[in-house]
Amino acid sequence: MRRETILNAVLYLAMPVAAALAFAMDEPFLITLITRAAIFALAAVGLNLALGLGGLVSLGHAAFFGIGGYAMGILAHHAQTYSPMIDSWIVIEGTKSMPVIWLVAVVTSALAALAIGALSLRTSGVYFIMITLAFGQMFYYFAISWPAYGGEDGLSIYVRNSFPGLNTLDPMQFFVLVFVILSAVLWWMGRLARAPFGLALSAARQNAERVETVGLGPFRLRLVAFVISGAVTGLAGALFADLNRFVSPTMFSWQMSGEFIVFIVLGGVGRLFGPVAGAMLFVLLEYLLSPLSEFWLIYVGAILLLVVLFARGGLIGSLAGREVAHD
Amino acid sequence: MTEPLLHVDGLYKAFGALQATDGVTLTLMPGEIHALIGPNGAGKSTLIKQIAGGVTPDAGRVWFKGQDVTALSTQARAQAGLGRTFQISSLAMEATVLQNAVLGALGRAGSVWRFLRPVMRDAALVAQAQAALERVGLADHAATRTAELSHGQRRLLEVAVALTLKPHAFVMDEPMAGLGASGSKRMTTFLDGLRREAPILLVEHDMDAVFALADRISVLVYGKIIATGTADEIRADPLVRTAYLGEEDVA
Repeated sequence: MRRETILNAVLYLAMPVAAALAFAMDEPFLITLITRAAIFALAAVGLNLALGLGGLVSLGHAAFFGIGGYAMGILAHHAQTYSPMIDSWIVIEGTKSMPVIWLVAVVTSALAALAIGALSLRTSGVYFIMITLAFGQMFYYFAISWPAYGGEDGLSIYVRNSFPGLNTLDPMQFFVLVFVILSAVLWWMGRLARAPFGLALSAARQNAERVETVGLGPFRLRLVAFVISGAVTGLAGALFADLNRFVSPTMFSWQMSGEFIVFIVLGGVGRLFGPVAGAMLFVLLEYLLSPLSEFWLIYVGAILLLVVLFARGGLIGSLAGREVAHD
Repeated sequence: MTEPLLHVDGLYKAFGALQATDGVTLTLMPGEIHALIGPNGAGKSTLIKQIAGGVTPDAGRVWFKGQDVTALSTQARAQAGLGRTFQISSLAMEATVLQNAVLGALGRAGSVWRFLRPVMRDAALVAQAQAALERVGLADHAATRTAELSHGQRRLLEVAVALTLKPHAFVMDEPMAGLGASGSKRMTTFLDGLRREAPILLVEHDMDAVFALADRISVLVYGKIIATGTADEIRADPLVRTAYLGEEDVA
């Protein structure tokens, strides 16, 4: 077996094993912490498709994370206040059903990614980073100034949304739900990278001219990647809001986008489990360091600096070596 | 009379004060190798880009298979059946040799919107890619990372990727560069046979290869074609001798 495969298996199993231990020790807070890492990992797995495979450094993925969060917040808010969301010639009610909320989160963030991607993918390099950042900030300020859904204060949802057959308020059951979703997306992303689309997208990152010369369009490849990427991050946003039972404009903030990039860089750009490793390390550091100092992020910054300077492939790259071209 | 497959009609392109292409007209007939030669800075690469895509001419038309492709993108021209190789290798360097060739086959099949099944397990695509690699003699390097290929091998891979497209015409920008004497000879033999599949517009500095292969030669100097003819006609042309071949005896 390849070293990266073993490492991936260890990283993958680390989460349920840690959750099971926390469950055995009756530490629900730790389970929630692990769930948080899994959701961050999911958001960054989404970004990794655009950033790692497609070479599109988006500093605006918080937009999709926030859209997913507000999809949950708005639907659940209307359900808990028994006020229809739209009440004119058609009536649309809110909902507390997770599958419906997820669907809405995925569709709305995919549509937003389609619009943002169609505009920003006409640029590249630093301009692309700046434009995606600008879109993210637009959503941030819009959320702050929109009083209907809490404005700056955000929205509280009193009871976690429901999933058929589960008690989602039980930390372990909610973790399992998140972990199953993360597993499914990771499985798909692993397939996607090897599929015809993945080969063409990665070739477009390496050499757009080459892709054009064989009659394929880099723009459309990147746009589709950006939409899938945004949709996955949007789904993570809905789960994150449900984890906290709270949404606020900070989900849209550029610091959020930056954190996703940090997860990927820490773990390994373009590696399937890079974002998982990065998110787990980040949440672990947050847990260990934040009681020691208010300025714990300084240490995270120092670690990031070390990774960028001395371990260019991130955690996965330094432990498993250079990526092996797919068979 | 047979129709030309590729017809470049009165192309002009200026970059500021520099007239890079100055009223170029040329044709590529089925089954022929038409070589384009000229000193450095004559505007060969600019002309190639107007033909294969990448640079839009100021005036003039490019016809391919009777269709006006002047306004089409590189991508659309490739789909129409124009196979191109670059002067400076343009490949996916992190991918394997076989993956680059599969990408070509994928482009030809147009089946890129598939998100689940591994492309390297697609027997039809891989078979086409492997066949193309075998034809240029790169089959032993199929699993090699492209970045690890020598300069000459990269040129061969460029040709192999163009082959997977099964194009109706080739536009090749210096395929012999970096091949060395024996490699150059093999490539010459290969291109000699290839013209029966699809005609080749060949930009090349290797004069032995050009004179051995070309049915017709056009000489480009300062953006203008100063002569077009067979190898013997070009050798004998006094304008060419002074403008391009200089005083040296090429006969």
